[in-house]
Amino acid sequence: MAPHDPHTHAHDHDHEHSDVPSDLALRVKALESLLVEKGLVDPAAMDEVIDYFERRVGPRNGARVVARAWSDPTYKARLLSDATSAIAELGYSGRQGEHMVVVENTAAMHNLIVCTLCSCYPWPVLGLPPAWYKSAAYRSRAVIDPRGVIAEFGLALPENIEVRVWDSTAELRYLVLPERPAGTASLNEEQLADLVTRDAMIGTARVAAP
Amino acid sequence: MADFAALPGLPAGPDGPVFAEPWQAQAFALAVRLSAEGAFTWPEWAATLADVLKQAEARDEPDDGSHYYEHWLVALERLVTAKGLVAPAELHARKHAWEAAYHATPHGQPVELGPT
Repeated sequence: MAPHDPHTHAHDHDHEHSDVPSDLALRVKALESLLVEKGLVDPAAMDEVIDYFERRVGPRNGARVVARAWSDPTYKARLLSDATSAIAELGYSGRQGEHMVVVENTAAMHNLIVCTLCSCYPWPVLGLPPAWYKSAAYRSRAVIDPRGVIAEFGLALPENIEVRVWDSTAELRYLVLPERPAGTASLNEEQLADLVTRDAMIGTARVAAP
Repeated sequence: MADFAALPGLPAGPDGPVFAEPWQAQAFALAVRLSAEGAFTWPEWAATLADVLKQAEARDEPDDGSHYYEHWLVALERLVTAKGLVAPAELHARKHAWEAAYHATPHGQPVELGPT
């Protein structure tokens, strides 16, 4: 709860009224009600956005993209050359007009994504970012010490693996194509997608063998 | 070699829900919809948010991610007033009107704004 201002204190004796929301919630209500009155936003469209991000989009979209790339070499080639279109083939497209770039992890190369300035993130394929991705610590440290950051997530990368860090922007979002783990030759696309984690597509983890 | 020990630690713990409180979802959706409607571009939005985050860090308030939507709201207020979509005085008055409406509404009743 934000600090009370004098207006609130003047009414504190009165316990019959509705609970007054926090300062932050009141500021959002003020913004929203004014913008709706001015016809600048449609409340129904806002509800749709919230529903979409709370319930319908998440890392599973990205996992399906990765599983398709592992199963279909021609899809993988399209994904690496034009990720925006290849991802749209599966029905996932951006709402902010951003371009997608997919970077491939190999035995010699590990990729890590970050947004050093704010928290640009591939929403259509991963949903909204976890708190740590938005933290000042991750945003600054991922670039300075990517190996150290990755190690804190429990992945110790051998020195002979090159680490590349990709800094996302409002126009350009990255997704990591993790390495397909050994022992998965018999799995179908759906089973493969179940193995793929959000962190593996950010680059703070690898996909573990089943 | 940089002194990594001096760097802030990464926030640990479970991720929690996408939005911790309803106002966060509303602030998020406002930015997404305003941009979709052309009130501002997404790069303009990202630049404003980046500025707000940088200023918070400069005040020595580095965020562990849990105050992220507070910065988001500051950026939203800044951009809509800079674009002249809403006047700062209007925002301030409307916030107090909502506050007064909550005080004037009996518990359990829907809270509505009176005539302004």
